[in-house]
Amino acid sequence: MNAIQAREAADEILLDHARGAASAPVRLIVEAHVALDPAARRRHRCLEAVGGAMLETIEPVATATDALDRLFARIDAGHGAEAAATRDGSGRFPAVLRAHMPGGIDALPWRQVARGVHEAALGVEDGPRKASLLRIAAGRAIPRHTHRGDEMTLVLEGDFSDEHGRYARGDLAVADGSIEHQPVAGAGGDCICLVVTSAPIRLTGKLLRLLNPFLPR
Amino acid sequence: MLSVNRRPGAPSRDRKPAAAQPGAPPLEARPRRGYLWRMPGEVIEGRAGVMPHAALMLRVARERDRSAFAELFGHFGPRVKSYLMRLGSDASGAEDLLQEVMLAVWRRAATYDPSQAGVATWIFTIARNKRIDALRRMPRGGLDPNDPALQPEPPPAPDHEAEAMRWEGAIAEAVAAMPREQAEILRLAYYEDISHSDIATRIGVPLGTVKSRLRLAMARLRTRFAEQE
Repeated sequence: MNAIQAREAADEILLDHARGAASAPVRLIVEAHVALDPAARRRHRCLEAVGGAMLETIEPVATATDALDRLFARIDAGHGAEAAATRDGSGRFPAVLRAHMPGGIDALPWRQVARGVHEAALGVEDGPRKASLLRIAAGRAIPRHTHRGDEMTLVLEGDFSDEHGRYARGDLAVADGSIEHQPVAGAGGDCICLVVTSAPIRLTGKLLRLLNPFLPR
Repeated sequence: MLSVNRRPGAPSRDRKPAAAQPGAPPLEARPRRGYLWRMPGEVIEGRAGVMPHAALMLRVARERDRSAFAELFGHFGPRVKSYLMRLGSDASGAEDLLQEVMLAVWRRAATYDPSQAGVATWIFTIARNKRIDALRRMPRGGLDPNDPALQPEPPPAPDHEAEAMRWEGAIAEAVAAMPREQAEILRLAYYEDISHSDIATRIGVPLGTVKSRLRLAMARLRTRFAEQE
């Protein structure tokens, strides 16, 4: 997967979200990504506009004759009150993500997966796909690995670098089985990422390979 | 006003009712969005004097204007119902979901921002999300415009509402100008079948062909993204 393919893969994820075909973990990472990255938000908006354009040209289907009356009756019954704005004032993480960590980031079920690397599942799953947070201590590396399935990584805080580039807050990295890499967190501070994977990583370092049979599947 | 920043060769957008309402607020002086999205085979009727959808939305938001809402319902209700039925709802399920969609339109009217999206796009995203909610029975987040984590975009151009309209029109034009099989694959992806393999079965081509056609369609749209970046 080269840089152009990675960009295409990222756009394909935005497209799946825009057309309503993304699974729950993918919706989460796309919505967090577009909140943090204005350029991605504009591309996503273009893809949503495709859906809007098609709504204008679709063959209409007549609605029930009482549909509008039913709606006004519900509005009269108080169902149409404006939704209260929800905000907790913290801009550390996108709102869509904070909804999945009601007790804050420290209350998540963190477990160590490598030296200086912790992971916490967010409980957002769809089949084999699941979303989790990854915290890599400053300057630490995730063991060299490749992927059995695909992997999307969104940087929420700090930054990391691998053979393919440097990723900072708001950047989305997309990897598949063709990518082998060893992400290293920047020295400035811990790197916190939102990760969506469809299969466990496969370690490729010489000694670490021996651990593969013991990794969760 | 609307001619500012027009790309060379872009079709004129200011010939419909604009001139008919001198002194009207700029928003109400706009041609109705549907006129911009001319698709192959679509018949464009003259409907001068009809208030643009964005102006109707503002009335719903500011004045809780029921006749404005009824007009929006009359236009979008049958389209949203059609969208929901194409994606697998039966007529009564689509009718129930449509209630939820239009109730959300009423409730969230004040959050509609004409500089960010056309009314059709905004309602499309609400319908898409309500459909997902109904399938998963799980509340969803969506992009919260008040989210303090939201990274602000560069300051909009002075005429940013017209700007938003310009690029939404450009997207529609890009779709309209696509080779037929690419436009068809996009239509299937958004409005008929959700999975690539279902689309492949439906039109009798290999899965790889569906993916490559979608990729080609995306490449065309990407040139539009580039204009925005």
